[in-house]
Amino acid sequence: MIPSAFDYVRAGTVDEAVAALVAGGEDAKVLGGGQSLIPVLRLRLNNPSLIVDVSTVDEMRSIVDEGSSLLIGAAVTTDAVMKDAGVQADIPLLAITAATVADRAIRHRGTFGGSCAHADPAGDLPTVAQALDAEFVIAGPGGRRTVAAKDFFLDFFTTAVGPDEVLVAVRVPKLGAGWGVNYQKFQRTAQAWAIVGVAAAVKTEGGTITGARIALTNMGATPIRASSVEAALIGGPATIEAIKAASASAADGTKPTSDTHATADFRSHLARVHTARAVAKAAGI
Amino acid sequence: MTDTIEEAPASIGQPKRRKEDARLLMGETEWTDNIQLPGTLHMAFLRSSIAHAKILRIDTSAAKLAEGVVHVYTGEDFPGQPGSTCVWPVTADIVMTHYPAICTDEVRYGGDVVAVVLATERYLAADALDLIDVDYEPLPAVVDMEEALKEGSPLVHESAGTNRCYTHNMPCGDYEAAKAKADVVVSRRFINQRLIPSPMETRAVVAAPQGMADEITLWTSTQIPHVLRVLLALLTGIPENQIRVVAPDVGGGFGGKLQISREEVLALILAKRLGRPVKWSETRSENMVAMHHGRDQIQDIEIAATKDGKLLGMKVDLLADMGAYLQIITPGTPLLGMFMYSGIYKMEALDFTCTGVYTNKTTTDAYRGAGRPESTFAIERIMDELAAELGMEPMELRKLNWVKHEEFPFTNVAGLTYDTGNYEAATERALELFGYDELRAEQAARRAAGDPVQLGIGISTFTEMCGLAPSRTLGALNYVAGGWEHCTLRVLPTGKVELVTGTAPHGQGHATVWSQIAADVIGVPFEDIEVIYGDTGRAPYGMDTYGSRSLAVGGQAIKVAGERLVEKARIIAAHQLEVSPEDIEFNKGVYSVKGDPEKSNTIQGIAFAAFTAHNLPPGVEPTLHGEATVDPIDFSYPHGTHLAAMEVDTETGKVTLRKYVAVDDCGIQINPMIVEGQVHGGLAQGIAQAMYEGALYDNDGNLLTASMGEYLLPSSADLPSFITDRTVTPSTTHPLGTKGIGEAGAIASTPAIINGVVDAIRHLGVNDVLMPASPQNVWRAIQAAQNGGAA
Ligand SMILES: Cc1cc2nc3c(=O)[nH]c(=O)nc-3n(C[C@H](O)[C@H](O)[C@H](O)COP(=O)(O)OP(=O)(O)OC[C@H]3O[C@@H](n4cnc5c(N)ncnc54)[C@H](O)[C@@H]3O)c2cc1C
Repeated sequence: MIPSAFDYVRAGTVDEAVAALVAGGEDAKVLGGGQSLIPVLRLRLNNPSLIVDVSTVDEMRSIVDEGSSLLIGAAVTTDAVMKDAGVQADIPLLAITAATVADRAIRHRGTFGGSCAHADPAGDLPTVAQALDAEFVIAGPGGRRTVAAKDFFLDFFTTAVGPDEVLVAVRVPKLGAGWGVNYQKFQRTAQAWAIVGVAAAVKTEGGTITGARIALTNMGATPIRASSVEAALIGGPATIEAIKAASASAADGTKPTSDTHATADFRSHLARVHTARAVAKAAGI
Repeated sequence: MTDTIEEAPASIGQPKRRKEDARLLMGETEWTDNIQLPGTLHMAFLRSSIAHAKILRIDTSAAKLAEGVVHVYTGEDFPGQPGSTCVWPVTADIVMTHYPAICTDEVRYGGDVVAVVLATERYLAADALDLIDVDYEPLPAVVDMEEALKEGSPLVHESAGTNRCYTHNMPCGDYEAAKAKADVVVSRRFINQRLIPSPMETRAVVAAPQGMADEITLWTSTQIPHVLRVLLALLTGIPENQIRVVAPDVGGGFGGKLQISREEVLALILAKRLGRPVKWSETRSENMVAMHHGRDQIQDIEIAATKDGKLLGMKVDLLADMGAYLQIITPGTPLLGMFMYSGIYKMEALDFTCTGVYTNKTTTDAYRGAGRPESTFAIERIMDELAAELGMEPMELRKLNWVKHEEFPFTNVAGLTYDTGNYEAATERALELFGYDELRAEQAARRAAGDPVQLGIGISTFTEMCGLAPSRTLGALNYVAGGWEHCTLRVLPTGKVELVTGTAPHGQGHATVWSQIAADVIGVPFEDIEVIYGDTGRAPYGMDTYGSRSLAVGGQAIKVAGERLVEKARIIAAHQLEVSPEDIEFNKGVYSVKGDPEKSNTIQGIAFAAFTAHNLPPGVEPTLHGEATVDPIDFSYPHGTHLAAMEVDTETGKVTLRKYVAVDDCGIQINPMIVEGQVHGGLAQGIAQAMYEGALYDNDGNLLTASMGEYLLPSSADLPSFITDRTVTPSTTHPLGTKGIGEAGAIASTPAIINGVVDAIRHLGVNDVLMPASPQNVWRAIQAAQNGGAA
């Protein structure tokens, strides 16, 4: 389909973007890479009267090494995230997951911030943010604030970013040495969204798992930490049997949807299988 | 002669680069949507969002006042006007129904048209749709075919009194007698799911009065400009000689554009009525509900055999979903496969029955293969089931029953005569390329080890019929048209050649292949031939492109037209060289006197002489051209052996196609590269049916797979490198020895994949999986089998 008419502003700075949003009122929308918003407009699922384009705001396009974390601008593309040497070295889970997003053309336009702000439960990058306890830097008319991942993703397509706010950057902590990572994306075609995804970071010392961070894609309204699996793993042996046993609770407490690709119960089954696979791979077995 | 002449290679058989590609790849072509005429009004259609409802009231007043809107029409403005028609009333008592251009009192599927807006801009037309207010009174939707046939079911067409469109029975031999002799009878229910054709280019149409005479030109993204012109004239009352239909470059059709649509009908009527160009260009979302769908059959199949595996007979009982209305060949599509249910095998009896059923869903019609994928699926799947039942190797069972090379020509149980074939040769080559024995060994090893990823081998030894069709046969089937094809070849005064064909390519590469044939027949350079098609003004006669018929039928017309042209030129050459025509030799475009080769003229030279006409033999008319309209004497029967190695992750149901071998026999190949392309594309589509695609409706008749997020099409990233080869068994029904290849890949591959998936998990108790073999469908089949009882 084709969108309804709207006004368009290209913001030069974060302040300009916020000012434009305030002036535009409830009906204004931020445009990042447009890979989710443009389809929404074309299908007339949403008809904003004003589009504020932040894709060329310099501050939002850089990746800054803060020592124990990387501050990744919200307008950095998925492709740039995936290829950034710092991300690859210090946050490999993010780099490998970014490589599974859609196809090249979409990765070249879609942004890390846009993906998080869009908060599609099937999005891959929000899951990594959740697994690694990222922080979100949000700018609004009252200034800037920082929100933790666990408080950022609120519901289907709903985050802590208000209608007159801009997501400026995402701060992703580095895990440090000894961690292995894996992202299992279960999809029907190579370029499709995840039916279920599992992001795992696991630390092993002398055959024992000493750290585990696991988050699930598309198992509910938001990316979900599999805390019971994490707890069951830590202190246990890094063996297939132990990992499978711990992963049996992966779907507990989740609320996956049923759709044409998978029913909720099949998703729960897939979450258990892929949690075990992700953890095993992350642990190097 | 002592000089050795450097033989110019024949054009036929060469992998010539496609003449069409430069303009397509460089964005230089004009698709219908690129056509921009001054004063154009843009059409937008308001479509029903409900599957079945009475229309109580439509308020268009706000839309009429909206910016840019020039007209808003509803069904009341076109009383009784059909939007499409069915040319194939398959039985005497078929229930035919009216397909309105715009609905008046009732909508019958989600996507049915209730109003049309014409505005000065496309966006404004779309905006105005939101301002039209329709009051519906929802009616119960008819979704499931078996429910639809039950007493008391809601009716799609109240006035018809039934949802049964027709029942067609074709008994061949005595099935009950064959079955009585059988040691083994295997029955299965297969579901050939509903598919959405999804061409790259969605539909588009521009209709414009031309200001010369009373002619209206209709540009449309269609496979059938010629047939469409006739039908548009019949449906609108606009005289046929005032309608010109042009199909510019068309971005794929796959049967979806073998249609006359209400959008075309309305564009034509409105352009005529308003005296202005009218344009419509379909969005993808619209295409998924409004262009016809394909397949959608429930197949109850029974096969009877001796304990040694000799086939005796087969019973086929189909329910075929028509959707809400009948369009061009809706009821006939499932019957296009009825003669082919025995496949390549010998048997005594075939009892075929098909019942067409109306439902509140998008109309079904031709989709790549049309009828033959369904029949091939049924026979090739049931052969594997029979092999399992008998404990036989599935390939051995096939070998035991197929028609042997020396038995051709062979008349199958349904009365079709297969002219030639060599199933042994194609199979031998396929087994060799596949590494059959090694893969069977790996399969055994994985089973023994209890590997979570199991391996299966899928076989499809298929044949199909193409070259639709001898007109006499079509007449006998109640089809309201012939199956001939036309060609005119003209050598122009400057020696350049025009080849006018009635085929209507939409991506296949006809301009290239037709040039190759003509280059050899009339001896002119390939490069000098311009192929003219897809325009009833410039190529007035034709039956268009579908059913792998273009080379199979149109190729014959080129050869005959070329030969007639060569003969005419021979008479002129003889006259000018002052010998009798019998003394003239024709070789690669040169006419020379036998025994005196110095005395010669070229075909180009003769064309110029025929133009000046200064010195023509008595009774010979000026200009050099040849024409032919050819009716094929019979179908042609491409065949082949396809093998698929399938991996199934038993923990998740995920299916992976590891290796695919396709050995096809399409007779003589004019252009092997184009054959290769057709095979690849066909495979992708047939594999897609097996693994990815499937249109799903909820109980209210809402299409759940209405976007590409839900309706999955594979990309190249999902498919392995196909391993292909060809055996060559020339057809004897075609003067060039060729057979069709446009649909073979799509026909053969679907059962190969599913047989492979079932083979991988048969030891777990599974004997069928629903298509598409999605993780969920496969996992559920495994779960059901493990929890007792087959899936
Ligand atoms: C065919 C296809 C396949 C895809 N497959 C995948 C996949 O497999 N995995 C996956 O994770 N994603 C997938 N995507 C989505 C893709 O990653 C999108 O790019 C991403 O979800 C949104 O990023 P964007 O920059 O394009 O955001 P936009 O489309 O520009 O915006 C999306 C939403 O976020 C808001 N927004 C954007 N930036 C900001 C900001 N800085 N501050 C506040 N709000 C903002 C917008 O207002 C809008 O509501 C796919 C997309 C397509 C079209």
